[in-house]
Amino acid sequence: MSTPSRHISVKVQTEDFDVAAEYAVMRENNTQDGAIVFFSGLVREMNQGQGVSGLYLEHYPAMTEKSLNGIVEQACERWPLSRVRLIHRVGQLHVSDQIVFVAVSSSHREAAFEACHFIMDFLKKRAPFWKKETTESGDRWVEALEKDQKALDKWENNEN
Amino acid sequence: MVNVLFFAQLKELLGSSGMDLNLTTPCTVNDVKSALIEHNSAWATQLNQPTIMCAVNQTMVEGTHPVNNGDEVAFFPPVTGG
Repeated sequence: MSTPSRHISVKVQTEDFDVAAEYAVMRENNTQDGAIVFFSGLVREMNQGQGVSGLYLEHYPAMTEKSLNGIVEQACERWPLSRVRLIHRVGQLHVSDQIVFVAVSSSHREAAFEACHFIMDFLKKRAPFWKKETTESGDRWVEALEKDQKALDKWENNEN
Repeated sequence: MVNVLFFAQLKELLGSSGMDLNLTTPCTVNDVKSALIEHNSAWATQLNQPTIMCAVNQTMVEGTHPVNNGDEVAFFPPVTGG
C-alpha cells in the first residue's frame, strides 16, 4: 500500500552522517506527519566482556542496499509510513562513532515507534554486514546473538 | 558456471574470497556446497557449520534453493551489523 507522497532514502557509506540534517529532511515541507522516530547506533567501548578500541565493518556490496530496501519495503507494507531514511556505515570506525541511523515518519506515533524498531531488528539479522572488533587482545569477529533472532521471531510471529 | 563468494570470518578461514565453479545446473545451494568441498576437502568443517548462511543472487535462501547457470552464490557467517 504505497502512497504517492512516500519518500525513502537508503544509503551505505563510509562517511559519517549528521542526525540534525537528516531530521531536517524528515520535517521539510511535511505537513501530514505527526510523528518522527529515529534511532542511531554507536560503537560501544565494551562488547561481549572486552574493551573495544574500534571496529571494521565489512559488507556484501551487491546485496547490502538491496536487502536494506527490502526491509524498508516490508515496514512500509505493515505501517502507514510516509518517510524513511536509513544510513549504514561501512569500513573503519572508532569508539563512539555513529554506525547506523534509521528515521521513520507517520501520522501517528505508534506506527513510527514500531516501524523504527522493526527496521533495526530486521537489519540486525538480514542485512549482510559483519563487524570485526579491535580489542586489547587482538582482532575478533563479533558473534551473532541469540537475542537478535528472538527479536526477529517476535515480529514474524505477529505477522498477519 | 556459478560465481561463488565468501565473506567475513568464513573468507578468512577458507583463505579465499570466492571462485567460479563449473557445475551441472540447475542444482541446489547444497550441491554447490558439496562441489566446493570436493574442490577443497579442508573446507568441509567450515562450510558444514549449521550457522553458515547463503544468498543466491543477493537474496538469503535455504540450502534447498535452486541454483542456475550464471547465478551468484554467497556463503557467509551470521550477520552482525546495526
